[in-house]
Amino acid sequence: MRWFWIDRFEEFVSGQSARTVKNVSLSEEHLDDYNQTWPYMPPPLMIEGLAQTGGLLLGQMSDFKARVVLAKVGRASFERLARPGDRLTYQVRFLSQQADGAIAEGTILLNDEPLGAVELVFATLSGPEFEKVELFQPHEFLRMLRSMRLFDVAKNPDGTPVVIPEHLLAAEQAFLSVNCP
Amino acid sequence: MASNDEVFEKVREALVDALAVDDSDVTPAATMVGDLGAESIDFLDIVYRLEKAFGISISRGELFPDDILTNAEYVSDGKVTASGLAQLKARMPFADLSKFEQNPLVQDFGNLLTVNDLCNYVKTKLA
Repeated sequence: MRWFWIDRFEEFVSGQSARTVKNVSLSEEHLDDYNQTWPYMPPPLMIEGLAQTGGLLLGQMSDFKARVVLAKVGRASFERLARPGDRLTYQVRFLSQQADGAIAEGTILLNDEPLGAVELVFATLSGPEFEKVELFQPHEFLRMLRSMRLFDVAKNPDGTPVVIPEHLLAAEQAFLSVNCP
Repeated sequence: MASNDEVFEKVREALVDALAVDDSDVTPAATMVGDLGAESIDFLDIVYRLEKAFGISISRGELFPDDILTNAEYVSDGKVTASGLAQLKARMPFADLSKFEQNPLVQDFGNLLTVNDLCNYVKTKLA
């Protein structure tokens, strides 16, 4: 199972905000696992969708070199349920950023109607204990970003496109040269 | 200029929201870490809430000058040296360091700050 809880980026302004979509499908087994008689999208996985949206927004600020994690969830409210066939939109906006993390507000739309709101705190893991910790393989990480079409929409605040960081391209090239010569 | 009570009430509200503690837990003498259970990441949240509540800007290192505690010049055998203590006092005039001074173990520094210290800090920013 892939731990991808967003399908695609729709909007991305570096250091400021991002919008992603997630389509809910009956083929997703977790819907049955959560409630066998009446399948719906588990709200905690919507929080994960917001966390992935905001985590990538924060990570991009360091060219995806920082180790970003969701550290804390503040208030979270959900007004309705998302069912198979529904389209979720996750919007994340940074309220504050520091060297060690960011505070963000997340909102969820269900087929363009408000579904919920979540306060998120992201942390950047630093210090000697994390120096050798890699959260992702760089080439796999880039493949994920490409799959989510992040670079199709990502822009800097001045409107210029966000480019793929060199270190990710180099890792991808190195992987391809060994596995797809 | 906000009164002491107004400052305390807003600080309390920020801590209740950030740490999910009860109103009654937030007393002036309560320590942030030991009594209220604040972890390092909570301070990011607390700083944001204080900035918003009071319309102030808090730069990193101002409220928690941990750069002093990681500077070999100011720490010896796990304790803050006399010059380190002088630096801390200069940087944290809002905090009561008298107890910490008696046995200035770096590991105890994290539990130094009280709610009252936080209120004093905010008052210096509002002054």
